[in-house]
Amino acid sequence: MNTVENVLPTHPLTRFITDDDNCWQLAQYQQLGGYDGLKRTLEGTNAEALETITASNLRGRGGAGFPTGLKWSFVPQGDDAPHPKYMIVNADEMEPGAFKDRLLLEKTPHQIIEGLIIGGYTLDADIGYIFIRGDYYTAIEHIEVALKECYDNNLLGKNILGSSFNFEIHIHTSAGRYICGEETALINSLEGKRANPRAKPPFPQVAGLWGKPTIVNNVETYCNLPHILNFGADWFKSLGRFKDSGTKIFGVSGRVKTPGLWELPMGTPIGEIIENYAGGMSDGYKLKGYLPGGGSTDFLLEKHFDTPMDYDEIGKQRSRMGTGTIIVLDDKYCPVAMVLNLVKFFAQESCGWCTPCREGLPWAAVLLEKIEQGKGELADITQLEDLCKFAAPGNTFCALAPGAVEPLQSALNYFRDDFEQHIKQKSCPYCDQNHSEAEHDK
Amino acid sequence: MALHNEIPTNETVELSDVEKSKIDALVHETPHTSGVSIDALKVIQSHRGWVSDASILSLSRYLNLPLADLDSVATFYNLIFRQPVGKVVLHPCDGISCDLMGGIKIRQCISKQLHIHNGQTTSDNQFTLISLPCLGACDKAPVMIASETLFENIEEESLPLILSHLKGEASK
Repeated sequence: MNTVENVLPTHPLTRFITDDDNCWQLAQYQQLGGYDGLKRTLEGTNAEALETITASNLRGRGGAGFPTGLKWSFVPQGDDAPHPKYMIVNADEMEPGAFKDRLLLEKTPHQIIEGLIIGGYTLDADIGYIFIRGDYYTAIEHIEVALKECYDNNLLGKNILGSSFNFEIHIHTSAGRYICGEETALINSLEGKRANPRAKPPFPQVAGLWGKPTIVNNVETYCNLPHILNFGADWFKSLGRFKDSGTKIFGVSGRVKTPGLWELPMGTPIGEIIENYAGGMSDGYKLKGYLPGGGSTDFLLEKHFDTPMDYDEIGKQRSRMGTGTIIVLDDKYCPVAMVLNLVKFFAQESCGWCTPCREGLPWAAVLLEKIEQGKGELADITQLEDLCKFAAPGNTFCALAPGAVEPLQSALNYFRDDFEQHIKQKSCPYCDQNHSEAEHDK
Repeated sequence: MALHNEIPTNETVELSDVEKSKIDALVHETPHTSGVSIDALKVIQSHRGWVSDASILSLSRYLNLPLADLDSVATFYNLIFRQPVGKVVLHPCDGISCDLMGGIKIRQCISKQLHIHNGQTTSDNQFTLISLPCLGACDKAPVMIASETLFENIEEESLPLILSHLKGEASK
């Protein structure tokens, strides 16, 4: 039997997820303490709510790790502020190897909605959007039902829970492009356009959707808000094991014994996640390397196992926290093939606006394919390194290209022998695994 | 109306009343008509299976939106089909987490069993094969979406069963 927790939760994001198939519905959510955070928020002023969020040191969970309170502080407030203001949930999860938002969307839609309503109240916003990946059928269904439950129970609409606050939420199912995860591209997509990112400034906080103040945050970021407002900033800060606050949904995929997702304190060492939670490598496989935060983060090695999963600590190892979903490369899969898969993906998903991305990524894919098929030359490696430099931050309007070359540049660093071996022996040393897509695409 | 030279004719199709009423409902919810472009194209696709040049032109006239704008949107997104597709569209995942777990072999196996390559439709019009990037179920790799169902931990041996199940769905 479920009981309402009397002690402060240690795993706030998953505390509503039970074995019961109906744990995503309103009745269960409320029974376990759902919407308590919203009630408490509505008792205070919106300035107090923003203060608490800022004090909690919550950082955006979509990948960039930007402090949420700081991001929100740029939204115009007061009587002169333009309206309507928009709050958007970025639920267009499409990062290679990321599967954490699916869990939250399917199992705790009300947690996301509660976070979104709290966000709306905090910034005096009028309209919320949940921008969700079109392929997430179960999640879409659960969100739609949950929204209806909210309207039926005075959690959305006019005078929410007897307060003077009005807020509505719409759902938009994406037609599928990775670039929609970039916040200004997402806004363009919501306006019915191609999802090209926008030049900044103006920043969305000032001029976003339809030119109005707009906030875009990741699913997991919103999920933290009910708990921060309910249990306080100090409690949230105390959850982390290192410098960053709170917990995070971490995940591991690849040839490990028990791939999956776990809510763990920020700052949990990488090795602990791979060894203890994912159970270490599957029998017969050894760890060669891993991308710590999804497909657009630099490779790290076993020697980095002690690094805490903290934004700045992973940064010091020249990689990124990203989505916190680790992709493990084993010793039997070709590193060139792995990078080729990722670069092809990013080349396909480029919106085509900036030259280093539109031209550079497809060219990198051509060179990698050549090397993988044993037709490469040593000069190709130099050219790949040049392409990584061209795609560096500052040369493109958004972060797609810089992220796209992160696995490539670090693979050239850590697995250079593998690249050179392909070229010397004129074939893939891992070729019995047949990683080439050529057969499939023909 | 020569807004786009890739449109070969100015052929239109009549939007059905159901399509029109769904599109009207979308227009009602947005502050600017152009905001419904993607959703309106999806409405058309849900009724016709795909989005033809003729239906884009009809939509352009119905909503009074520039044809080039709608065409640019229709060609941008992965889930808007610009060619007719089979009754069931198979979306095996080609993300890296699936490939690390043997995803390529699964896709090759599907190709072999159905005698189609990626992007093609079987001659009996039952299946179209369009692989998609990471489907966000990496702990259950390799995976595939078809008929709004996610198939997890797919093995070569289980493929014939999955395909015959889907074929049954298609002929319903």
